[in-house]
Amino acid sequence: MSGLELTHVSVTYPGRPPVDAVRDVSLAVDPGDIVALVGPSGCGKSSLLAAIAGIVPCTGTVAWDGQDMTDVPVHLRGFGLVFQDGYLFPHRTVAGNVAFGLEMAGASRDERDARVTEVLEMVHLGAYGARHVDELSGGERQRVALARSLAPRPRLLLLDEPLSSLDAELRTRLAQDVRDVLTATGTTSVVVTHDRDEARVMASRLVEMRNGGVR
Amino acid sequence: MSTAIRAPLEPPRAARWALLALPLAFLAIAFLWPTAALLWRGFTGTTGEDVLGAARTWRAVGTTLSLAAGGTALSLALGLPAAWALFRVRWRGQAFVRALVGAPFALPTIVVATAFSALLRPAGILGFLNADQSVGAIVAALAFFNVSVVTRVVGGMWSGLDPSTLAAARTLGASPRRAFLHVTLPALRASIAAAAAIVFLFCASSFAIVLVLGGTRVSTVETEIWLQVNQFLDLRAASILAVLQVGIVGLALGASGWVRARRDRTLGGRTADGTRPARRRDLPGLVAALGPVAILLGLPMAGLIERSLRTRDGWGLEHYAALLAMPERAVLAVPMWRAALTSLETAAAAAAIAMAAGVSLAYAVARWRRARWAGSLAMLPLGVSSVIVGLGVLLTLRRTLPGGLDLGSSLVLIPAAQAVVAFPLVVRSLVPAIRGVPPGLRQSAATLGASPWATWRLVEWPLVRRPVAVALGFAFAVSLGEFGATSFLARPDRPTLPTAIFRLLSRPGIDNVGTAFAATVLLAAITGTIMVAAERLRGRTGTEI
Repeated sequence: MSGLELTHVSVTYPGRPPVDAVRDVSLAVDPGDIVALVGPSGCGKSSLLAAIAGIVPCTGTVAWDGQDMTDVPVHLRGFGLVFQDGYLFPHRTVAGNVAFGLEMAGASRDERDARVTEVLEMVHLGAYGARHVDELSGGERQRVALARSLAPRPRLLLLDEPLSSLDAELRTRLAQDVRDVLTATGTTSVVVTHDRDEARVMASRLVEMRNGGVR
Repeated sequence: MSTAIRAPLEPPRAARWALLALPLAFLAIAFLWPTAALLWRGFTGTTGEDVLGAARTWRAVGTTLSLAAGGTALSLALGLPAAWALFRVRWRGQAFVRALVGAPFALPTIVVATAFSALLRPAGILGFLNADQSVGAIVAALAFFNVSVVTRVVGGMWSGLDPSTLAAARTLGASPRRAFLHVTLPALRASIAAAAAIVFLFCASSFAIVLVLGGTRVSTVETEIWLQVNQFLDLRAASILAVLQVGIVGLALGASGWVRARRDRTLGGRTADGTRPARRRDLPGLVAALGPVAILLGLPMAGLIERSLRTRDGWGLEHYAALLAMPERAVLAVPMWRAALTSLETAAAAAAIAMAAGVSLAYAVARWRRARWAGSLAMLPLGVSSVIVGLGVLLTLRRTLPGGLDLGSSLVLIPAAQAVVAFPLVVRSLVPAIRGVPPGLRQSAATLGASPWATWRLVEWPLVRRPVAVALGFAFAVSLGEFGATSFLARPDRPTLPTAIFRLLSRPGIDNVGTAFAATVLLAAITGTIMVAAERLRGRTGTEI
């Protein structure tokens, strides 16, 4: 098992002039590790995360366990992604959101129900399954987003500023929760944040980004 | 080293062109080619001196402009006070009254024309005014249509005006009148100009109203085109007039675009809740503001229903029963119910075409930055009156295909032209709806293992389903009531409901017009039901047509 391996990854957004968001990044993340990408806004950390997920095209190689994933479409990579804004499906209940990835994986109904209950309890929202997503507070929404991404047991979980839309007090509390959940499930993770304290709470290793490159 | 150049936010290149192929082919065949051929014919060929030199041509141009100006002025005069009453102050039942005032805009033009005709004919409720076939009648009918445009555009602005600015002016010693003139009015000026430009545009291309209410006495460029085609069989003159009409509408559109650009600049980001509950002493003002509108909107509809129920010897449903029978003395080749059926068929086909082309174009425009031009192209039919669309189709597409299918005698051309009219509305309402689905939702679905197809089916479709259904309803209703283009294409032996109504209306005899009035009530009921259903489906947060 060699986890995630990035070799000479660059992301360039087309335009006049083109913007080099990520320049020649090489980085390895061991299985079970939680790596935080920290840096000021605009340093390219979110673009790097998007390139790993496959939602933004890049040059270089994104590999998992030695297997080149660069040309593998997003939905076949098995990488989960938690956005800053959660992006819960507004037409589904909390349980419906969490079950989505399991449905895609073809899990049976019983498996699905059991796993949904399990991950919702993991994020302390055990009783919330039947709720409509617009009844949730900001913190609850992010917990559901985390549960939704964890449910299909992604081999790698990417978190893009998962706590930034929340207020300060809630953030400290949730950062610890995220850390607990990720370690408990042994999920290899890359989390992007601009907040060093938050990064230290959540991650086992910090990687600095500046001007599109890692230091 | 591998290089991935994929942009999952945008559809793959092949898919983009596949999305564009159908709508572009449709636009090219059913609109661009016919319209271009028509205008080309107007520009070239033999010189148009006889047409352009004719006094009646310039009289028609003058009438078009002055009717549009009159309709705009009356719409503003009635609409501005109503905008205050419906948007600036709040009272119980206001939402219902707003919906009532907005309803006429959804009615087919032929219904409005027929309603005013019912009211003003010598035997009508207001027959004593002797206003049938007068400029005044047409201006009133134009205002009937467009008051709601003024109230909506200006009212929207008015309700967001910060009341503290007005209060500040009052504390500085301004009387309510001066405060209104120097604070409120300047703030509303941009929205008033925008409303006026749109209304002028609608008024300059409201064919059915002038054709029905103007009779032989008042004629605009559009009715002149109709006359040249249907009575003098002079297609060349019609083509030259078509160029004039496109020029007039083009100027109005240009003015509207210019005003809108200015308005967007003058509109700051700041909006406040400027509404206040109505007080007892507002009552006279509310009555004065809404009374005239109530009369303008209520009387014609009442007059229409009254005439549809009035028989030779009293009151009854005879005219409605006549919808099922063969008309006497062969004024129509088919009974009314058959015309209604033809209308439903052609409207269904038109809505299907408009939706197929509209949904795929809306997707391309919403998802692909470089397809914006196609979005502008799709709006072109809005800038060309439906009369031009119908005439263009008549001149170019009435031919026999190699396979032996005679397009002219088949019913294919009617839905094609109706679809052209409905198409821009479909695109305009769907683009924002599709854009409104955040990319993050689709990306989330993808990272959870959903293929592009599964993402569309399980995430995107549930979110755009409702706007699509609404657009379908509008497309169907618009096609059902379409008169301008259809009047050039419907054959006498297979009329649609609107063309059959027009035909009966122009025949003498109380039974004929009575049947026409009953059929109009039927048409209004059908389109009204569809529109109300679509409007309810759209709910409060929706797209603007």
